[in-house]
Parts: sequence; C-alpha cells; structure tokens
Amino acid sequence: MLKLVGVKKRLGGQPVLQGVDLTIPPGKLTTIIGPSGEGKSVLLKHMIGLLQPDEGQVWVGEVDISRLHGQPLNEVRKRFAMLFQGAALFDSMTVFDNVAFPLREKLRMKVAEVAERVNGMLEQVGLAGMGHKFPAELSGGMRKRAGLARALVMRPEIVLFDEPTTGLDPLMAKSIHDLITSTQRTFGFTAVMVSHEIPEIFGISDYVAMLKRGRIVAMLPAAEFQRTTDPEIKEFISVGEPAAVSGVPANS
Amino acid sequence: MSMVRYIGKPVVNSVREMGRMLMFLLSSFGWLSRPPLRVMQYIKQLHFIGYKSTFVVVLTAGFTGMVLALQGYYTLRKFGSEGLLGSAVALSMIRELGPVLAALMVTARAGSAMTAEIGIMRITEQIDALDTMAINPLQYLIAPKLLAGLIGVPLLVAIFDVVGIYGGYVVGVDLLGVNAGSYWNSIESAVEWKDVYGGILKSISFGLIVSWVCCYKGFYTRMSAEGLGTATTEAVVLSSVLILVWDYFLTSVLL
Repeated sequence: MLKLVGVKKRLGGQPVLQGVDLTIPPGKLTTIIGPSGEGKSVLLKHMIGLLQPDEGQVWVGEVDISRLHGQPLNEVRKRFAMLFQGAALFDSMTVFDNVAFPLREKLRMKVAEVAERVNGMLEQVGLAGMGHKFPAELSGGMRKRAGLARALVMRPEIVLFDEPTTGLDPLMAKSIHDLITSTQRTFGFTAVMVSHEIPEIFGISDYVAMLKRGRIVAMLPAAEFQRTTDPEIKEFISVGEPAAVSGVPANS
Repeated sequence: MSMVRYIGKPVVNSVREMGRMLMFLLSSFGWLSRPPLRVMQYIKQLHFIGYKSTFVVVLTAGFTGMVLALQGYYTLRKFGSEGLLGSAVALSMIRELGPVLAALMVTARAGSAMTAEIGIMRITEQIDALDTMAINPLQYLIAPKLLAGLIGVPLLVAIFDVVGIYGGYVVGVDLLGVNAGSYWNSIESAVEWKDVYGGILKSISFGLIVSWVCCYKGFYTRMSAEGLGTATTEAVVLSSVLILVWDYFLTSVLL
C-alpha cells in the first residue's frame, strides 16, 4: 500500500535521505526510530507528499506521488491523515470545530450528522464535553487527543504520527500510545509512527524500522527487532531500556 | 570570477524571489475562481482588513485633513487665495494622501497581523495540516485575504478622503474663518473625474500590494520565532516602500 523506493532528499544543500527503501505493511503499526536529525519527520512528510524527493518514488497503492501536484495529489491525500508533533490544531477554532473541519470541508454532511460524528470521536479519545474549548486552553496531552480525533474523523486508510508523545510525561505518553493502538485496532488503518519512545514502542508496534545515515538499516517485526545482534542497533535501542541494576534508570 | 559570483549571487536570488512572489500571486488568484467558494472566509477577512481598520483610518484622515488645512491656509493667505483652501485639501487627499496614508495604515494594522497569523500557522504546522486534509492553503487562507485587500483598501480610502476633507473644513472654516461656501465650491470646481479615478486606481493597487506582500512573507516564514519577527518586519517595510515607489510611477503615468 505504501512503498518508498530509492528516495533521496537534500535540504539546505545537505543530504538528508540517501536512498530510502521501505515498504509499510497494510493494516499494521510500523514505527520508525533513529537518531535525532536523521530525517525521520522528513521521511514521513514524503509519504503524504508534503515534501517531494529529489530522486526515487513514493508509491501509495498504484500511484507514484513523487511528482504529483494539485488535484491528483489531493485525491491521494484523501486516503491519509496525519497527527503532527504539536497536534497542529487551528488555534482560532474550538476543539469541536477543529474536529468538524475536515467533515465540513470535504463531505456534504448535515449539521446533526457532523455533531454526532464529532462528539462520538471526542468521546473515543477521552475528550467528551471538551468541544467548546480552544486549543490554548488544553494541556499537551489533550491537544494530542484532539489532533488524533481530527485525524481519525474522516476514517482514513493511512495515518501518520509524527512523534505523538514528544513533550508529554510518561503517564500521558502511555495513554496516547494506548489510544493509538486501540484506535488502530478499531479502525484497522495502516499506521506509520515516528518515535523516540524506546522501549515503549516495542510493546505497541507491529514492525519497527530504523533510519540511520539517510537509509533504512533495519525493518523487522517488533519482537525480532529487540533481539537483533546488529551492534549499532543494539547500542541505540539499549539506551532507552531499563538498566540491569534494579532501581537505577538506564539513562541516569 | 569571485567578483562575478559576489555580484551575481544576490542578483540571481532577487530574481528568483521575485519570480516566486509572482507565482504565489498568480496561483492564489487562480484559486479564487475554483469551488468551493467559502463566502464566510471572504466576509471574515473583509471585516478584519476593512471594518477593523476604520477607526485608525478615520483618526489619521481627520488629523491629516486638519493639518493640511492649517498649512494650506497660511500658505494661500500670502497670495490672498484662502478661498482655494477646499480644493487644495480635496485634491491632496483624493490624489495622494488618501490612498497612500490609508494603505500605510492598513499595512501597519492589518498587514503585519496577516503576516504574523500566517507565519504562526506555518511554524505550528497548521498550513501543513491543511495540505494533509487535501485543502489548498492558497485557496483557503491566501485568496480571501487578497480579495479583501482589493475591496477593503479602496473603501477605506473613500472614507479617508471624506473624513480628511471634512477635517480640513473644521479647521479652515470653523477655526480660521474661511467662507464655507467657497470651501465647498472650490472643491466642486477643482476636482475632476480623473482625480477620483486616479485615486481609485491607486487604492486598488495599494490594496493588492499590502495583502500580496504580507501574505507572501507570512507564508514563507522561516521556522523560528526570530524568523517570524523578521518576516513581519520585512512585510511592513517592503509593503510601505512598494506603496511609495508604485505611487510615484502611477502618478507620473496618470498626470
């Protein structure tokens, strides 16, 4: 369904992606990990056509979107939704209007139908009764939940998550992870997530891919990824795991 | 060779920037005519650029007309022509001061706010969010602002002209004792249709300049707080300079 072939991208004269080959399994949650500044978010933006590769192809189903513009690209984008790092809620609108926005813009639904679907979605992400609030009145976790509700309200086939738990405390991060997995199972969409939350992501992801030096160096089922013998990957994922000595955090 | 590069690089960059600005304008206008037509967006922007700028425009216009009458009166009195005060105020207002000062006020009040609003939307990925929802940001965000500038600024200029002329009347007639009849009569005999036409043409083009430059600078803000500050400053300075430069060229053609 989603496939990147030999994707190369330079930004500001610097090579960021240097030949990414990646196939995202449909209906599964795939997490992309890797050191900061390696281009994980850049990679995610290529998948939805927010950035176009200098070389290579990005296949969404049977369509190569790497050179698409305008209406043809918008047609493909209708299959997607994206949850941004900061949720990217429209700050001039209430939570309800934010979630209702794609419905009002893209579907000719009656007011009552919109209200029913939006309220249902808000309830599903734990924001029932919060529709009247503005994004500035919400906590970081609530903003992410509202962003998730807006992303899912159109029932997309593919959802991209760009570091959905950045800036949240561990408990809130866990609740967002739980929400992502539960909604992914409920709606059955293909999910691609960029995250630094190691080892938590191994518990929620079906597949894990690692981006390093502008390439995908490994793409394995989550359990297998944890058992890898590759020293480079081992070193990277072991930093986030609890230390062997009881009571001492690994990264303290 | 390095000298050629030293001179050539900024020239090439400037030409590229101008090309990008032009493409931005043409694309935005292209989106104006395509469905869906978001009437509420247009009304909202017209309210913001037009209605909300009315107070500052009226205030500026009133005092501009008053000071113009004050200066004009003492100059004209030297030649015994105080009766021409009305025409001096009206022609200055309609031909030059109305369009230029109203546009500068709109730049300062609404233009800077437009750049900041669009810039923040860029930095917080709200514009990317529109893209991911298959909604063109040029159509949703920029086109209504361009149209509101084109319609709003000429209306504000009309208000500016009327208030300015009346401000001149208050000072000239009520304070300095110029005959009210000769004030209005000199306006009627001196102001021609081509003066009004020139003023309208200027105000439309200034409205376009303000909304175009301010939207462009906001849309291509660099992704930082400093970048947003720079973009807002650049938008105000570039709009103001372009208004004055374009005013000169338009005046030289219209006269």
